[in-house]
Amino acid sequence: MEETKLSMYQLYKEMLNDYLQHKSEHVLYSAQQLSKEMLEKDMSPEEMVSLHISVFKEMVEDLPEEVVDSFELLLEVMIGYGLAHREFMSLRDRQRQLDSELNVAAQMQESLLPHEEINLKTLDFGVISVPSGKMSGDYYHYIQDENGNMGVAVADVIGKGVPAAMCMSMIKYAMDSLPEQRLQPAALLESLNRVVERNIADDMFITMVYGSYDPKKHNFYYASAGHEPGFFYNADTDTFEELETKGLVLGITPKVHYEEFSLSLEPGDFVVLLSDGVTEGRTEGEFIERDDITKLIRKYKHLPAQDIVNQVFRELEKMQDFHLRDDFTLLILRRNV
Amino acid sequence: MNLKVDVQEEGHSRVVYLNGEVDVYTASTLKEKLIPLAEETNKTLAVDLSNVNYIDSTGLGIFIGALKCTDKSGSTLKIRGANARVKRLFEITGLSEVIEIDTEQREEA
Repeated sequence: MEETKLSMYQLYKEMLNDYLQHKSEHVLYSAQQLSKEMLEKDMSPEEMVSLHISVFKEMVEDLPEEVVDSFELLLEVMIGYGLAHREFMSLRDRQRQLDSELNVAAQMQESLLPHEEINLKTLDFGVISVPSGKMSGDYYHYIQDENGNMGVAVADVIGKGVPAAMCMSMIKYAMDSLPEQRLQPAALLESLNRVVERNIADDMFITMVYGSYDPKKHNFYYASAGHEPGFFYNADTDTFEELETKGLVLGITPKVHYEEFSLSLEPGDFVVLLSDGVTEGRTEGEFIERDDITKLIRKYKHLPAQDIVNQVFRELEKMQDFHLRDDFTLLILRRNV
Repeated sequence: MNLKVDVQEEGHSRVVYLNGEVDVYTASTLKEKLIPLAEETNKTLAVDLSNVNYIDSTGLGIFIGALKCTDKSGSTLKIRGANARVKRLFEITGLSEVIEIDTEQREEA
């Protein structure tokens, strides 16, 4: 440290001397470089002023007393700046620490989502979920049972960021604890609602849609707890229909009965489930309408389901200037044969 | 975007007039005003949304919090004047089944 101070002293002395003699631009530039170096070495503004006084005193003999005194005053003033700088440094360190904690949490959250590949001749499946920040309040789920039935879910926790993400993990664990009811949409939502209602703040809620596909009967059964309605694409008529939904969001009252709906899928028909981040997105104050979503899906419907959701996300992200206002989840399940 | 909250006594009910957007930024303003009113016993609390164009899910959460409060305090919560977009939000979430929503006040902004 003493050595650094000594070399800094020398360096500054040469620089000042050079400047006083030639007043050149390049010395000013070196001074700027020096200040960066000093910031890295945690040198405070008052230390800098103090360095300036000692160098200057050595260079100019019989420096007027007023000049020396004025620098002493400047030094006192700089102490305030020094404190502010140190506070900034400590906040920056804390920010880095929080960031790294948040990154670990985001990785943990990512691990709560299913990662198995779905390889089914009868079904084409694709899902994408992107948080607007680091943590997501959206949740999706898919599972295949031993009979080849497939269960899918999209849930959306109110708000975003860490509180929403914590709520989202509750949904995941609650679903894991209800294995016997999997693939029965209405019963599953009713059980989940009881868990959520007991564990959630008064002004929080979760919306969720759960569906299950029976590949033998080609039926898609679903129930919704106040969730943004998805779409049914009819390949024969080449039209999108809004999924009929009815049902209260999770977490309001313990006893809620959910209605179950069913759709019959022909080859090429598909079901689209989404979170309201998809439709609540805005472009320059204008809402992205549900029609815009179906237009985009139609544009890419010749692609495999995973490519459709990826492409739709890419276009919507572009429409919002790459700033998602809300977490985004889009899921497509298509009957192949 | 700001939210203006005005409370008026109208006959036997309290009417909360909102003006602006009820979203993640303004939700706390609304919560501070609305929840104490919802905690009062045996009153009718009406929220007028004639001058609200947009409610996001955080905003909706405040109405749910108020609903839970009025259920406890024996009061009644009503919503009126909602535009089509806002009304749709209450319908999708099933809240229109548990909160009285009067839409006669206005059709579309």
